[in-house]
Amino acid sequence: MADSSPMAPPRTFLWSRRIFLTLLTGFVLLPVYVMVSSSLKPLADVTGKFRWLPSELTIRPYIDIWSTVPLARYFVNSLIVAGSATICSVVIAVFAAYAVSRYDFRGKRVFTVTVLSTQMFPGILFLLPLFLIYINIGNATGIALFGSRGGLILTYLTFSLPFSIWMLIGYFDSVPRDLDEAALVDGCGPLGALFRVVVPAAVPGIVAVAVYAFMTAWGEVLFASVMTNDTTRTLAVGLQGYSTLYNVYWNQIMAASLVVSVPVVAGFLLLQRYLVTGLTAGAVK
Amino acid sequence: MRSIRAAATGAVVMSLALAATACGGGTDSGDGAGGSSKTLTYWASNQGASIAVDKQVLQPELDKFEKQTGIKVKVEVVPWSDLLNRILTATTSGQGPDVLNIGNTWSASLQATGALLPWDAKNFAKIGGRDRFVDPALGSTGAEGKDPAAVPLYSMAYALYYNKQIFADAGIDGPPATWDELVADGAKIRAKGKSVLGAEGSNLSENVHHVFVFAKQHDADFFSADGKPDFTNPKVVDAVKQYVDLMAKDKAIPAGNAEYAQNQSVSDFAKGKLAMLLWQSAAANLKSQGMKDDAYGVAPVPVQKGTPGPGAQVNSMAAGINIAVFKDSHNLDGATEFVKFMTSDAEQKILNKAYSSIPPVKAAQADPAFDGPSTAVLKDTLAKSAAALPQVATESQFETAVGTAVKDLFADTAAGRAVTTASVKAKLEKAQQQMPAA
Amino acid sequence: MTSTVLKEPVREDTPGAARGPRRTGRSRRTALPYLLLLPALVFELLVHLVPMVIGTLMSFRSITRFTLRDWSNAPWTGLRNYRVAVDFDAPAGEALLRSFAVTVGFTLLSVALCWALGTAAAIFMQDTFRGRGILRALFLVPYALPVYAAVITWVFMFQHDNGLVNHVLHDQLHLTDKPSFWLIGDNSFYALLTVSVWKGWPFAFLIVMAGLQNIPRELYEAAALDGAGMWQQIRRITLPSLRPVNQVLVLVLFLWTFNDFNTPYVLFGRAAPEAADLISVHIYQTTFLTWDFGTGSAMSVLLLLFLLAVTGGYLLFTSRGRRAGNG
Repeated sequence: MADSSPMAPPRTFLWSRRIFLTLLTGFVLLPVYVMVSSSLKPLADVTGKFRWLPSELTIRPYIDIWSTVPLARYFVNSLIVAGSATICSVVIAVFAAYAVSRYDFRGKRVFTVTVLSTQMFPGILFLLPLFLIYINIGNATGIALFGSRGGLILTYLTFSLPFSIWMLIGYFDSVPRDLDEAALVDGCGPLGALFRVVVPAAVPGIVAVAVYAFMTAWGEVLFASVMTNDTTRTLAVGLQGYSTLYNVYWNQIMAASLVVSVPVVAGFLLLQRYLVTGLTAGAVK
Repeated sequence: MRSIRAAATGAVVMSLALAATACGGGTDSGDGAGGSSKTLTYWASNQGASIAVDKQVLQPELDKFEKQTGIKVKVEVVPWSDLLNRILTATTSGQGPDVLNIGNTWSASLQATGALLPWDAKNFAKIGGRDRFVDPALGSTGAEGKDPAAVPLYSMAYALYYNKQIFADAGIDGPPATWDELVADGAKIRAKGKSVLGAEGSNLSENVHHVFVFAKQHDADFFSADGKPDFTNPKVVDAVKQYVDLMAKDKAIPAGNAEYAQNQSVSDFAKGKLAMLLWQSAAANLKSQGMKDDAYGVAPVPVQKGTPGPGAQVNSMAAGINIAVFKDSHNLDGATEFVKFMTSDAEQKILNKAYSSIPPVKAAQADPAFDGPSTAVLKDTLAKSAAALPQVATESQFETAVGTAVKDLFADTAAGRAVTTASVKAKLEKAQQQMPAA
Repeated sequence: MTSTVLKEPVREDTPGAARGPRRTGRSRRTALPYLLLLPALVFELLVHLVPMVIGTLMSFRSITRFTLRDWSNAPWTGLRNYRVAVDFDAPAGEALLRSFAVTVGFTLLSVALCWALGTAAAIFMQDTFRGRGILRALFLVPYALPVYAAVITWVFMFQHDNGLVNHVLHDQLHLTDKPSFWLIGDNSFYALLTVSVWKGWPFAFLIVMAGLQNIPRELYEAAALDGAGMWQQIRRITLPSLRPVNQVLVLVLFLWTFNDFNTPYVLFGRAAPEAADLISVHIYQTTFLTWDFGTGSAMSVLLLLFLLAVTGGYLLFTSRGRRAGNG
């Protein structure tokens, strides 16, 4: 952080800052306030005219959410899927980025350009083919990808891979080469150099990539809606269960959203210090 | 240097193994059309207040089935938002459930894919014969002249639910029998500061169900006799306009309902904000929202004039859920056995009571439980004045195209734009052009 | 004032141009980089590239409900699906074109707003002040909420009869004569834009905030000595220094927003209003609601070609700009 500017900021700047940040905070927090307050209202309150304050406070929605849909199971599924996809994606991206950053080889440019271009693929176009591939793999090898968490993990890790590789290449490039060359001279193998020197120096970048990969997997709806079943359904899709044939349980949706978001937001905020420094080198590439 | 390469290979293999183990977690997939002959996968549609409620209703019955036959049924209650997509992907891949529920309006569409077991005389014989089912329900099981793609499971019909208190306050004696009466009653109800009639203006299926009935009442059809779309037929245009005019001209449907798509109108009715509601089997739903059974009355949906009956006196689509067998199932016998169980007289009574629907099985329908004040109307409607939605392969396009047209017309009304015969016709023309050339 | 001022040791236009280690015996290890890339390649091939090829092949077949079950034997139709998609006089083509126009307009606005909000917030929060840490944490909340949860909350707020937005605009501030519809009709475009910006700007904020930290303080000090005020420093130092960050950021935001399916789908359901009929939902509707996978695939391929062209042109244009700036 540029901790202080050499000059005291002028009044216009201070006032603009105050006004701008106040408005922005309002914009950001409004839906969050709605979520919190609605989750504490009885259903009659949320299906009626909006009111800033609940007519009566109730924690009923926080109890009901667990029985209306199997929220705990969806939450565990989402954690497993997003967590595994993140670990896989980061490990694979570290290897790939290390290769691109430290080696010259034929096809490097083709690789980086291809990886970048997959960011443009419309999900709709490869949803059905991917589904068919999974089925065929399942029929040929007995590995059940379709309908399992495994298939979803595989899909999501690939979704986050391109941007992860891309960010990590930039980050590894910014780790001075002298460091790992010294390690090589000392007798470490290339992977020793990667894990003992480059990775520790790039921890912030790796954390950033991990957060990004996690969020990508955490919120995906389209593929999850087709590729999961009752036992493997993730939160992103499962939350829709609060909108049933009978009614939309708004208060429960909000309560459930908050319950599942709290751990994520908390983890996210703990990591944000790393994230800020982490995104620096990767993203400016 | 050799050791370096070995180390590198090792690391890569390890990372792949890590990926594989992580990915291996939870391969307990519920799908895979019937591995052994002793298990079946069943996709049930969401019929109750929530998926959890459905499981509570179904599980004891499935246990009974297992006791009788030794076949274990793994049920998955698939939300309506996912059901059609899941069926579609199952069709494409051959990887799906053994038995599944389908909305009965999808029958002809799914029949065209060839993914469902046709119910010819031989298969029907296995479940006790075609004669066990009532005719109106059988009318929504596939295209005419072909073997049905599914068997009726739950039947439903639209009825007019009205709030007795609001009617009394407005000085109205009884439920309206014709649309003119409904509009006239509406004026009195609005004078008391209540809304008149609910609608789910952004729900494509609901829109289609209603304009279909209006078309019938104008003695018209959305499809010509040879199955071609005929949306711009002047009578169809009038029919659609009459429905939209309930909001645009008659102010019976509140403008806010134009964006309803998630049963908000049922909530409005349950809370006493709304005097009337056209709904299928709303009893269980209303009860779950705290409305007492004696607070509302149930009457047949209005007609143009006279009393409900066949032809132009139709006042409901023949709604319902069918049960079908996936042709790629490795356990067709077990699947058929399960359909037989689900359509047995005893199960029909239990399940249809639980979901406040009407059994499509004659013997079960005769049970006095279905002669209650609310169900009697539904049963009567189904028997006398309900018509099946067009059983054409392009039914899903029809629902999407026409449902969207009506949604757009409601949106126009809500935005204060006039709805004219010309504007209705233009929307329907657009809808018709979106239909695939047969 | 370009990338050359940044602290990183290596500054190249493309990641691929980075130097390898200067070591002997490299030829003996030529397999290593490929081995390292192998997992990434395998997964990309499996999940992205092969399905893409299959999807592209599907676009040349007539895949409807009649042929779906045995789609690999569906009849080839050559370019017919493409002709349907680009026949702008016919309803399908016309609808696609309109949806495309809506998407382009929406994407440009959304990216511009996300970028502007993110950049402004990052610059305003460059100096320490009381509560900065808390604010920074708060601003990241929209990015951390599950998409469905965030969007459904906006749906709740945008309701006509009971929503907060109308409650504030109409009931409390009396800005409108009567409550507006936000989820249907023309206003739905603004509703979609609001949600998209709300969800998207924190990402821009993060990236720009990170980029700001790489600007050496000496530059500001030198400018201050020259008598440049705060606003001038922002204009003359901060913004130009952010150019390499922005190059990536804008592109990524553009691609994500353009292809975003989750937001409009949760906001409007399966039939989006015309004013907010984004191309991703439009293609979804063609494909899954009408079960016409051939035409749906053809539309997707066209979309992909468009994005490739835009991205290529964009990279070419911005790289040239940067090189000129460097030179």
